[in-house]
Amino acid sequence: MNAPNASGWKPAMVPAGEDGLHNGPATTTGNRALMLEEPLLFEIGHAETTGVDLPENSGESSSRLGGLDRSEPIGLVGLTEPETVRHYTRLSRQNYGIDLGLFPLGSCTMKHNPRLNEKVARMPGFADIHPLQPVATVRGALEVINELAFWLIDLTGMHGVAMSPKAGAHGELCGILCIRAALEARGDAREVILVPESAHGTNPATAAFAGYKVEDIPATPEGRVDLDALKKRLGPDVAGVMITNPNTCGLFERDMKAISDAVHEAGGFVYCDGANFNAIVGKVRPGDLGVDAMHINLHKTFSTPHGGGGPGSGPVVLSEALSPFGPLPYTARTKDGVVHLIEEEDAERFSQEHFDGRMQHFGRMTAFHGQMGMFTRALSYILSHGADGLKQVAEDAVLNANYVLRSLEDVLDAPFGKSGPCMHEALFSDRGFTGDLSTLDLAKGLIDEGYHPMTVYFPLVVHGAMLVEPTETESKAALDQFITAFRSVAERAKAGDESLKEAPYYAPRRRLDETQAARKPMLAWQGETAPAGKPTMTEQGGS
Amino acid sequence: MRYLPLTDTDRSEMLSVVGASSIDDLFVDVPKEARLDGPIRDLPMHASEMAVEKHMRARAAKNLVAGDVPFFLGAGAYRHHVPASVDHIIQRGEFLTAYTPYQPEIAQGTLQMLFEFQTQVAKLYGCEVANASMYDGSTACWEAISMASRVTKRNRAVLSGALHPHYSEVAKTMAKYLGLEIADAQPAIQAAPDNAGLTSRIDENTSCVVVQYPDILGRIADLTEIAEAAHAKGALLIVVNTEPVALGAIKSPGEMGADIVVGEGQSLGVGLQFGGPYLGLFAVRDKKHVRQMPGRLCGETVDAEGKRGFVLTLSTREQHIRREKATSNICTNSGLCALAFSVHMTLLGEVGLRRLAAENHRLACLTADRLAKVPGVTVLNDTFFNEFTIQVGQDAREIVRTLADKGVLAGVSLGRLYPDVERLSDALIVATTETTSEDDIEALGSALEEVLA
Repeated sequence: MNAPNASGWKPAMVPAGEDGLHNGPATTTGNRALMLEEPLLFEIGHAETTGVDLPENSGESSSRLGGLDRSEPIGLVGLTEPETVRHYTRLSRQNYGIDLGLFPLGSCTMKHNPRLNEKVARMPGFADIHPLQPVATVRGALEVINELAFWLIDLTGMHGVAMSPKAGAHGELCGILCIRAALEARGDAREVILVPESAHGTNPATAAFAGYKVEDIPATPEGRVDLDALKKRLGPDVAGVMITNPNTCGLFERDMKAISDAVHEAGGFVYCDGANFNAIVGKVRPGDLGVDAMHINLHKTFSTPHGGGGPGSGPVVLSEALSPFGPLPYTARTKDGVVHLIEEEDAERFSQEHFDGRMQHFGRMTAFHGQMGMFTRALSYILSHGADGLKQVAEDAVLNANYVLRSLEDVLDAPFGKSGPCMHEALFSDRGFTGDLSTLDLAKGLIDEGYHPMTVYFPLVVHGAMLVEPTETESKAALDQFITAFRSVAERAKAGDESLKEAPYYAPRRRLDETQAARKPMLAWQGETAPAGKPTMTEQGGS
Repeated sequence: MRYLPLTDTDRSEMLSVVGASSIDDLFVDVPKEARLDGPIRDLPMHASEMAVEKHMRARAAKNLVAGDVPFFLGAGAYRHHVPASVDHIIQRGEFLTAYTPYQPEIAQGTLQMLFEFQTQVAKLYGCEVANASMYDGSTACWEAISMASRVTKRNRAVLSGALHPHYSEVAKTMAKYLGLEIADAQPAIQAAPDNAGLTSRIDENTSCVVVQYPDILGRIADLTEIAEAAHAKGALLIVVNTEPVALGAIKSPGEMGADIVVGEGQSLGVGLQFGGPYLGLFAVRDKKHVRQMPGRLCGETVDAEGKRGFVLTLSTREQHIRREKATSNICTNSGLCALAFSVHMTLLGEVGLRRLAAENHRLACLTADRLAKVPGVTVLNDTFFNEFTIQVGQDAREIVRTLADKGVLAGVSLGRLYPDVERLSDALIVATTETTSEDDIEALGSALEEVLA
């Protein structure tokens, strides 16, 4: 366990030509041109190395640490600056990002991240201010929050917006808590949230976290919410419905207004998962469809970079009925043009003075004011596109997706291809693949062709689902190149090309053993710094 | 329109492939009455890069930049120097513009980084396992309380009065909808935390005790007794840390018996950013609790050739599989902030973190000594790391505003954090870091002398 390579890993020597894939001789190290294997930080760093020049301990004994001075080593290692830059640069080269090419993850919306937005977010006036500075010293920051809030309300046709949620799922929670607070304010303790089966997995998890029971609503064979089934289930115990529109099958919920009307008539509220708002921004306002609350993933619709898994940002737009119940803190502009920050301190007074006491916040969801660094980026994006550009964004996103759908439906099954045009994403299935070749094999084959695969096995209502979302920032040439690659792999899957089962061949790693990772979780470096004789992390029962 | 590559020729060619006569044909499923025709109300047409930059710069100019003035704010967010190479690395497109590593074969950069990050956090906290990060410290704190309830099957969380009040607020907001009880308190203005008072509130129904270390007033106290008292009643000890640099100088929470350690990682690599995005850290001392943890986890495995590689793992706890039975509804982490933290931590290393911590503490001691000489100021704490509380004998909120007008950002008044608690209104939390100069300290001291005279 204490060897530098605790996992027993050694560089692999690839024999020339053995698998018919390597044209040249093997390298001695197993590395390839421009690609060196990068060991773990803990295998190359040293406890005594540092890349930051700091004064050494002067030996002054002025310690006021309550006798709790750290005596044992932490177990960290350091690298100098050149080693650090090299370590992470090498790691970066094992990653696919939108800067490298088309990243067609359906429902994730990977579009170009404009660099102006990065520049703006780094202006010291935004990046180097503290959340608890006196409000008189952060008027510009509050204006940015309020300005973005205004455009989000305007673009969605809603009444208010809660800016503090930290990500889409956090926004869902915010919206459902607003619904709950509004119901409680009228003394109506309802227990159930209805969630269509095509919804994101976060939707039922969110409803459960807000203390609700969750019930599924089926989809029609066309891939939309079954309106009749929904209507039948509505009643005095239903607090609300969570719907994704455009939905996860890439389709617009035609009956949205009828759904909203039915839910409202039954005394409930409509939550819309706004993850796919990019398909309709500037074209349709969810407020006009009767939506009461909808989160907007700023990283999806408004292009803030997702950084390998986050951060996100999930402001929630609210209808007039729900607006009084949004969380603290919030910003509000008064008649004199000043933007105020409303925290616990003055929430009550402000509500009395400016809202006739109507504001009844449900509490605080996060320590500070939300994702300011994402707000500046999203506002830059909105202003850069303007009214004409945002409409074009939705139109190009939808055109690109339909182009992909129609260009591939002769070779791949498109389960809802007859249900109407798709919105911003095209859905395919694995029907017609030969033998035991699966969606996963096609995905891994695409990697070898130079692309990040589409979203796989989602939505769950389709067997072997493949959800392709090109977004508006792809050119026709880029789409054609991708379609060619996709078509070739799809044809191989249909022809039963077993070599796909071993793909990818050319990625930094071949297929990874996810079962082993779950059965014997190794979640931290267990090398030299671990106490001797400590057992490896093995859990009973597997996954 | 510089971000949209399709030309009008492309569009008409593509429409003919699609079989539509106009773009409106593709929106046929949208009911006519719901369609927006004409321009969006008030929103101007598209703007050039130069114009947008100018617009944003004008707003940025209305804010007082922390780095431009003597600056002493903390209380959950700290201004540290971030080495230039951190921002360089997080702006590499392969990190910046990647998504969640759903396809691990082409996401090893993100995954190996997360594995290294998890290891760094676990070591810093004295724990066995850390996750791949959460939204921020306050939400991580709530998730820990929720997890403790699942582990112990009890529903009463006892919160220290010296836990960051925003963290308590988040917990209370969330708990009321899940039927959990939050037993909180307010801080006692005294030199040492009231450990006896805290342990006396633990009962047979207590799922967890939540303490902050160092606490909201900056005080540092041994947690061993609280851990023992909690464990004796079958409850877990959750330790919240809002200043990870402190752990370069003081014992880790895990060492003192914490079961779950959570915190805010913003200090390392991330920057102030007016409150976000920040970086929630989450670790458990004992691996047996790992399946009850919320959030993403990266694990080591091998590929088909036997090469070491990394994947997201144990996802059977998560919302996309367990739906309403999931451990949390969270489906993201703070990946890029975790990268910034990890790079900064790598640059520091063991030696650097300890030196950084020592320098922070040295400057805080200097500041406390200087302020103690100001007539009318009492330094409350005997113990602190880089943050302590002073009492100024009058409304500290007013003092902070007055000093801000004089170009000194003096600290966070407790009145801002506890607007309803009169007895706390004369207290001010003062923080220093390695970015604080001796001139800054003198500027604060003399400005306070002037204002309190």
